[in-house]
Amino acid sequence: MTKFMNYALGAAAAAAIAGGALGPGKAQAEDITLCWAAWDPANALVELSKEFEAEYGHNMKFEFVPWPNFADRMLNELNSGGKLCDLLIGDSQWIGGGAENGHYVKLNDFFDQEGISMDDFAPATVYAYSTWPKGTPNYYALPAMGDANGWFYRKDWFSKPELQAEFKEKHGRDLAPPKTWTEMKEVAEFFQGREIDGKTVYGVSIFTERGSEGITMGATSALYPYNFKYEMTPGKYDMEGAVNSPDAVAGLEAYKDLYKCCTPPGYTDSYMQESLDAFKSGQVAMAMNWFAFFPGLYKDPEVGGDKIGFFVNPGQLSEASTLGGQGISVVAYSDKKDEALKYIKWFAQPDVQKKWWSLGGYSCHVAVLDDPSFPDSQPFAADFLLAMGGVKDFWQEPAYAELLLAMQKRLHDYVVADQGTAKEALDKLIEDWTEVFEDEGKL
Amino acid sequence: MAETTSQIDRIAARAAKATPVAVASRVRGLSDKAIAWLFIGPTIVLLLAINIFPLIWTVYLSFTDYKANRLTRPAEFIGLRNYERVLTDSDIWHTLQVTARFLCWTMALQVILGFGLAWLINKQFKGHGFWTTVILLPMMLSPAVVGNFWTFLYQPQIGLFNYAISFFTGIPPSSFQMIGDVNLAPWAIVIVDTWMWTPYIMLIVLAGLRSIPDYIYEAAEVDRASQWRQFWSITVPMVLPFLMLAVLFRAIENFKMFDLVVELTSGGPGSVTELASINLKREAFEKWRTGYSSAFAIILFVTVFGAASIYVKALNAVKQR
Repeated sequence: MTKFMNYALGAAAAAAIAGGALGPGKAQAEDITLCWAAWDPANALVELSKEFEAEYGHNMKFEFVPWPNFADRMLNELNSGGKLCDLLIGDSQWIGGGAENGHYVKLNDFFDQEGISMDDFAPATVYAYSTWPKGTPNYYALPAMGDANGWFYRKDWFSKPELQAEFKEKHGRDLAPPKTWTEMKEVAEFFQGREIDGKTVYGVSIFTERGSEGITMGATSALYPYNFKYEMTPGKYDMEGAVNSPDAVAGLEAYKDLYKCCTPPGYTDSYMQESLDAFKSGQVAMAMNWFAFFPGLYKDPEVGGDKIGFFVNPGQLSEASTLGGQGISVVAYSDKKDEALKYIKWFAQPDVQKKWWSLGGYSCHVAVLDDPSFPDSQPFAADFLLAMGGVKDFWQEPAYAELLLAMQKRLHDYVVADQGTAKEALDKLIEDWTEVFEDEGKL
Repeated sequence: MAETTSQIDRIAARAAKATPVAVASRVRGLSDKAIAWLFIGPTIVLLLAINIFPLIWTVYLSFTDYKANRLTRPAEFIGLRNYERVLTDSDIWHTLQVTARFLCWTMALQVILGFGLAWLINKQFKGHGFWTTVILLPMMLSPAVVGNFWTFLYQPQIGLFNYAISFFTGIPPSSFQMIGDVNLAPWAIVIVDTWMWTPYIMLIVLAGLRSIPDYIYEAAEVDRASQWRQFWSITVPMVLPFLMLAVLFRAIENFKMFDLVVELTSGGPGSVTELASINLKREAFEKWRTGYSSAFAIILFVTVFGAASIYVKALNAVKQR
């Protein structure tokens, strides 16, 4: 009996080992590492990726880096040919460097082979997140996370009858989310220093951060509606008259005016987190931030639900929003490119994209965006569609980091440090950018 | 004498016994000089690999247009162009001015306060040991931690610093921004650095004060020298070499100051607190202008090296007086 038991156990063990080896491949499937920024949508992606793990047997590992260090950390990783990331959800502006420096795998053949069509994704997102050179059918990423800079406000404060009456008397219109930058300043001024529920509140929280990209992303939200352009002729790098046009100067002045009149004290180096903190702590009536944060804000027990409202970036001379968002790319230095491509194939499926949106990610797939129920699916969904219809992005050149840091310096010098005029700041910016493009051999 | 010799022999025999045979035989075949090289060799190799090679490589890169994020683009030799661009760049001169002002004010304040504190602690009052420990605490903290918590202390709405100033002056705490105001931000970083590193100066000066023999003061008192005269004729000259050494260490450190200021202001508002090292980091590792930043680094290195050499000569002259 004992001998029989030994044989039985041995056979069972052998069967278990063989089963593991010959099964759906779960035990041997390689781990894939996906790198992204550490923020709300990243948590949604972890949740979503569980389905991929279950279906393909790969174990997903995630490397999420806080936004202020994200570019530094990831660009260092790419520049050093690091193998940390198999998949990278990189910023839209990295696409030029990613393509020209050989960091990203070109995906055209893979898309053709797997029947993935870029026509299934919103054209603005394909242009911004996937193509290099811009607008050409050379794809280095799949649009993964649509995003733009938007606004949210304290709906409960705006609806107070006494404030409504006072505002109407002063400005001759209802107290409502602003539709232009002129209205924005009026509304922000109205709230600035006001006592609400026994607490002093302020008008608005906007981006003023110096170190990474904050003030550029904030100020361009004013510059674009004032018809700021990077070049007179696309692709010619002729910036004189575009970057420093009288309208662009007025746009930068509008941003500075808003900063000076209506932000909380000490608001000199603020980006996403500071903006969220100012709003969640009940300090400001309105705040600027990326749509990616809106699902989390809407669920916030203190300021979410009925207390919060959302609106698209105000226009002025035109309607425009600053583009955020990212595409997902396969890192060229990865040893697991095939596995990474499997993930992209899985992620591109309409059903997965629908679930991505339901979990809090912003899908760029037309199956999601063109669905008639989409605008009503979330209180900010309609504004997201509006925003994505008029997004503009920063330079996506390989030298984007130099171009960005120059703009950070010139804008912070003018807006926060109060040095020089808007025209001088934009003139100096052209000088900086000209030097960069000369070094690049493009001028 | 014979007894001593036999004792030495016994110790040598014990040492030989304790040495493994294989090692002993190997060592026996080597000269003293070879053994000396064996000991210092690893250090020299490390120095060459970590200090000297990067320095030579940086000098080479400073003559090229190399960019570390463009591995596919070959570097071209461009002669002195990077040096010319650095030296004619108004932003670079601005950061050097900011660094010089930061250096001068921090050194001046730290010398005065450090000397004063050391002089008080040297009085050996009741509880001086406890107060010495308390005063030394800031310099034991990480600069990143210090920078981070001072940003909260400077916060206009909730910061303790603003409330303390408000308490003494009556100015509303929210009416001024230490790290957001272009006029106050340079002072904000000077205050934090002084708070953190004055104890270092104090400690070295204290060592100097305690090294002065009491009999010198006693002799001065016999000669009826006043306290003031004793201070200027005995204390200051004898502490000066210590003080100068402390200033040398601190000045070199503050010339390279990075972490504390990045945490506090990131070089802002605008660029009013952008020290040379912050600018260098941005050029080298954010803009990836490797050749240009190498030239800037070499210029900074030569500046510090030259100034430190002159200073060390002055220090030696003071010591020999």
